[in-house]
Amino acid sequence: MSTAWAVLRKDLRLELRSAETLPAMVLFAVVTIVIFHFALNRDTIQGQEAAGVFVIALLFASMLGINRLFVAEREQGGFDGFLLAPVDRGAMLLAKASALYLFLVVLEVIAVPAFKLFLLQPGLGRPLPGLIAVLALTNLALSVIGTLVSGIAVHTRARDLIGPMIGLPLLVPALIASARAAGPILQATHAPAAPPLRWVGTLALYDLVFALLAYAVFDFLLEE
Amino acid sequence: MSEPPAIELRSVSRWFGERAALSDVSVSLPAGETLAVLGRNGAGKSTLLRILATLLRAQHGSVELFGEPLPRGAHKVRGRLGLLAHDPLLYRELTARENLTYHARLHRVPLARVEEALRSVQMERRGDEPVRTYSRGMVQRVAVARAILHDPPLLLLDEPRANLDPAAGELIEPLVGRASGRTRVITSHDPRAALAEADQVLALKDGKVAHYGDPAVLTDDALKELYA
Amino acid sequence: MRSTTYGRGLRSLSLLTVLFIAAALVMVFFYAPLDAEQGFVQKIFYIHVPLAIVSLCGFVFGGLMAIGYLRTGDRAWDMRSYVAIHMALIFGIGGLISGSIWAKASWGHWWVWNEPTLVSFLIVILLFCTYQPLRFSIEDPERQARYASVFAITCGAFVPLNFIAVSQATQFVHPRVLTLTGAHLPPAMGVTFLVSMIGITLLYATLWKYEMAAKNARSQLRRLRRTLLGEDLDRPYGRSAAPL
Repeated sequence: MSTAWAVLRKDLRLELRSAETLPAMVLFAVVTIVIFHFALNRDTIQGQEAAGVFVIALLFASMLGINRLFVAEREQGGFDGFLLAPVDRGAMLLAKASALYLFLVVLEVIAVPAFKLFLLQPGLGRPLPGLIAVLALTNLALSVIGTLVSGIAVHTRARDLIGPMIGLPLLVPALIASARAAGPILQATHAPAAPPLRWVGTLALYDLVFALLAYAVFDFLLEE
Repeated sequence: MSEPPAIELRSVSRWFGERAALSDVSVSLPAGETLAVLGRNGAGKSTLLRILATLLRAQHGSVELFGEPLPRGAHKVRGRLGLLAHDPLLYRELTARENLTYHARLHRVPLARVEEALRSVQMERRGDEPVRTYSRGMVQRVAVARAILHDPPLLLLDEPRANLDPAAGELIEPLVGRASGRTRVITSHDPRAALAEADQVLALKDGKVAHYGDPAVLTDDALKELYA
Repeated sequence: MRSTTYGRGLRSLSLLTVLFIAAALVMVFFYAPLDAEQGFVQKIFYIHVPLAIVSLCGFVFGGLMAIGYLRTGDRAWDMRSYVAIHMALIFGIGGLISGSIWAKASWGHWWVWNEPTLVSFLIVILLFCTYQPLRFSIEDPERQARYASVFAITCGAFVPLNFIAVSQATQFVHPRVLTLTGAHLPPAMGVTFLVSMIGITLLYATLWKYEMAAKNARSQLRRLRRTLLGEDLDRPYGRSAAPL
């Protein structure tokens, strides 16, 4: 745990100092939302459509973060420095996934109001608690799979391509569940207050399985 | 039973693709001694150091550090070796102090060691500036501080005096030199200087052992041929 | 690598496969009754569904073999995993095409989104299409095997999860011939399906074994050539996406 905390602190400090990843992610998400306005030729959207648009904006923005996740480690000897220390390798997964999770939270704090401002028809007040719950689980899926895929891609030659190529299909079930869970609560009228339980359950199951799996296999990506 | 040698390599080989970076290298280095590794660029020196640092696996042969076989025992020896490679292993956006603090946390050594190490390479005054603003010599000094931060009994030094002026070379002498009392594997672009402080010499040519043993066996002619 | 003979039992397995496939075809055309709603074209179901199931199981099988590699570090496991995924991908594309034909014939569209087997298939195949590029993108053979194994395990676990998510997302507006339990099938159809299922499974097993035997023979041949030429036996072979 203390190792993961040390790595996470280092990552956050690096991001604060260089601001390489997070601003790009936020900007990308907002631009994607604006593009959807033109692409759909709609001033406001609601329900399933709104959920789909937001999940896609989130996915695209997270891809930037996923691609950048291990860049400093690869380019500045971070992998070697970490591997030379007598530490549990799993700490790297925990730290990187936490960093990505925090980036996504910051991203959403800006992107959700921006989404409301530009496109979303219903008010945010009522769906917000449900939306937070869905996003909390979606972020977990994105950060666990993102870290795993980034860890696989970083040592390949075509790393910028391999990451999204593996990541996108792997995330499909999580994105289905996330969009379906958020859809009903973003309805303009007759919206339920809580997201449908079976989709939240599917998302939680996905998170659980892949979190355990990632923990089991991640060590093998760090060797050598 | 007597103490196992610090380093024991038996016919170690390593390929990159179809190119053999190291083939059939055997070395036995008792604790406290210094091994000089000589050879031209691309002769396999860095590959050998990375294998010893547990960062690379030998594809053939066996490697033992302090009697622990690699890669199985790697986690047991990791805290006991310090690597000073071409790459300083420092984050450019972080300051020297932050970099060393990070490594101190990874190695679980008291944070007081960070100040001690910074002082020993005379970087305490500029320790709060990002590494990217340093000159190459200063980066190398911080890299030395990082390598010895956890006081490792085994040092793997890839051209430790690269980018250092003579004064800075003197400065790191008690840390990584013979006087440090550590077991050392050292490569150098200056073979004579490396030979002068070595107990053993390993000369590599195209990944193969050209000479191994007492530094005296390496005559001037042999050196010339090695670098020809 | 080693002198394991994957060829052993291959002949009898092949014969058994031919027997079952032939029996399945005979039963499909002459024994199984015509489906009341869909007519003759429904018979493609006896090919499509087994292909799909065997392919999905093949991907999971590849993941299990990959666990073997990560546990032991023995490259033979990586080879088994590689061949399993390779074969499953071929079966999967067969399943995709046969499913598409079925969809066109019975619903009038080449592609339908309400057939969960088909949709989850598409996603799984898109995912496993990256297996080869991933392998090819890693030069060091040991690392290639390790990363490919991590991929195979992750994606093997993905297969059932993906199926759960996709089938939940699909509304069953069209009549389904086979539910997950297979309970609504008339007995004659059920038996035919079973025989065809066994036939396709045996076909997968035969092809897997055959490919293993072929790869094994090739590696032994290379080794022999090196021994005769007096070359270094441990030196890796040139860059390749395939193990060994």
